[in-house]
Amino acid sequence: MSTSAPELMTPGKGRGLLDVFRNRYLLRLVVDKEIQIRYRGTVLGLLWSYLKPAVQFGVFYIAMGIFLELNKGLENYAIYLFSGIVLINFFGEIFGNSSRSITDNGGLLKKIYLPRQLFPVSNLFVALVHFVPQLLILLIACLASGWHPNFKQFLCMIAGCVIVAVFALGLGMIFATFNVFFRDAENFVDMIMMVATWASPVLYLFTMVQEKMPAWFYYIYFANPLTVAVELFHYGFWLPSTELWQHWHVPAHLMTIWTPVALLIAFGTLFLGDFLFRRYEGNFAQEL
Amino acid sequence: MTTIPFKKPGVTFSEETVAIRSDHMSKWFTLRHTRSIKEAVMWIAKGRKGDLSEKFKALDDVSFDIHDGETVALLGFNGSGKSTTLKMISGVMHPDEGYVGTRRKVAGLIEVGAGFHPDLTGRDNVYLNGAILGMDKAEIDSKFDDIVAFSEIGEFIDTEVKFYSSGMYLRLAFAVAIHTDPEVFLVDEILSVGDEPFQKKCISRIKDLVRRGKTLVVVSHDLDLIMDICERGIVLEHGKIVYDGPSVGAVAKLRDRPAADVQREQNERVERRLYWKRDERRKAAEEAAAKGEKYVPEYDPELDDPADLDDPTKVKRTKGL
Repeated sequence: MSTSAPELMTPGKGRGLLDVFRNRYLLRLVVDKEIQIRYRGTVLGLLWSYLKPAVQFGVFYIAMGIFLELNKGLENYAIYLFSGIVLINFFGEIFGNSSRSITDNGGLLKKIYLPRQLFPVSNLFVALVHFVPQLLILLIACLASGWHPNFKQFLCMIAGCVIVAVFALGLGMIFATFNVFFRDAENFVDMIMMVATWASPVLYLFTMVQEKMPAWFYYIYFANPLTVAVELFHYGFWLPSTELWQHWHVPAHLMTIWTPVALLIAFGTLFLGDFLFRRYEGNFAQEL
Repeated sequence: MTTIPFKKPGVTFSEETVAIRSDHMSKWFTLRHTRSIKEAVMWIAKGRKGDLSEKFKALDDVSFDIHDGETVALLGFNGSGKSTTLKMISGVMHPDEGYVGTRRKVAGLIEVGAGFHPDLTGRDNVYLNGAILGMDKAEIDSKFDDIVAFSEIGEFIDTEVKFYSSGMYLRLAFAVAIHTDPEVFLVDEILSVGDEPFQKKCISRIKDLVRRGKTLVVVSHDLDLIMDICERGIVLEHGKIVYDGPSVGAVAKLRDRPAADVQREQNERVERRLYWKRDERRKAAEEAAAKGEKYVPEYDPELDDPADLDDPTKVKRTKGL
């Protein structure tokens, strides 16, 4: 037994996010569990993840499109609106759930050691399961209105998804850590999610920001990775489905500068989140 | 004189066989929490004067080495730091000062059922909890039938756990935990699971692990049982080690009685138990002989060598034990 004694190791000192991918099987089970219990005991089941965005879309379309007459200035305003909403919902789901994941699983974390990054990361995958059907609906709507994207536009859609997923997970991990020590964090999260819908051009056009606000504000506005991701989605989904000249145009330097910047910010947030998480996870058990 | 009522593999004491090392480990707990940002900001604004919260030393300079194959009990009254020590070893908490290190796979039978979800079926929970305790899919697949048999859940395995009685719940949780196969077992106060027959089965299972030379770190208040299972006892008092030696001495220290008396009583108890066990076997064998059947006794780690389990004529193992 003692012929090849391994080194003594400090228990519970993980390698951060990498540990999660070494425990893929556990990750899969946790994701399965989350999906199974999400709509447990409901009659409509998974249908709820279609119904909720559908109602949200309907309300926004009537309020913004018809009452505020945004659909008159914009061809296929419905698709414009929906491509943004889908993305913001994806962000909200990852961010909201992962920032609560540590406090929600406190009972388990206090008793057994397992890579704790597992819980925020599992929420990313759960959100994906709900995101993909919505994306499919968007695709169907796009196809119905004569969608003809090129390869570059495809890449933009993928980039948009990646930016949102990484950014939301990073923010989620930061707030999950924060939440363990100060329960105020949950209220911050709710607030950020409310602001997120309006701080990116989901319901209106970015040109409105450009016209009404000073230049420095425009730069801050585009430093928000969500703005970039939403615009990438508009470019990928909505623009190829239109034929007429649009008041909307591709924001300047969207793909050359803003997308790399957004990716940088998103991954930076994730690294910061992982760093904070690892720095403080030793205290999770006693604080929960 | 040994306290453990059966032979177990010997322990080699060398640097190479250290399974768990705790080196001057200390841990503080916060007594009063300020769960609001306001107070924290005020505290920083005032120049970080004073402590934001009172501290309490849960572990104070705790050092010990546990070697491969040792069975160690952590003893002490409530709040002495036993469970905290166990949490340090499992990695749930990190020491504020000092060092704790483990070698090989460590798994905890710590408050079983922590990872159970009431809305999942027994089957799903077995897989989920097995994975949480560090098993992979193939391992759980191969042990699944044993787990179900051991838990005596039977047909309820595909029922949601929320409909289980509390006993069934604990039995299934314990069954999963005991079927993990780590080198080092951490056991925290879980030997009081289920009804008496099930408890006996659990204790027998743990004795079997000891008999096979597994490393065990046990926290329990059942001192008689501790003397049956553990050869070594560490007594903690207010987070400090006050005794580290043979388990009989540790129990004597806790009960504040001479070690010789405790040892004598323990020997009497073990002898009485073994006498009745042998007597039961003898009777069963006579009954079987009268019917002309061959009697194969149920495996008992206190009476039989685990090696005999390979020989179906000597002992048998039923009920997933």
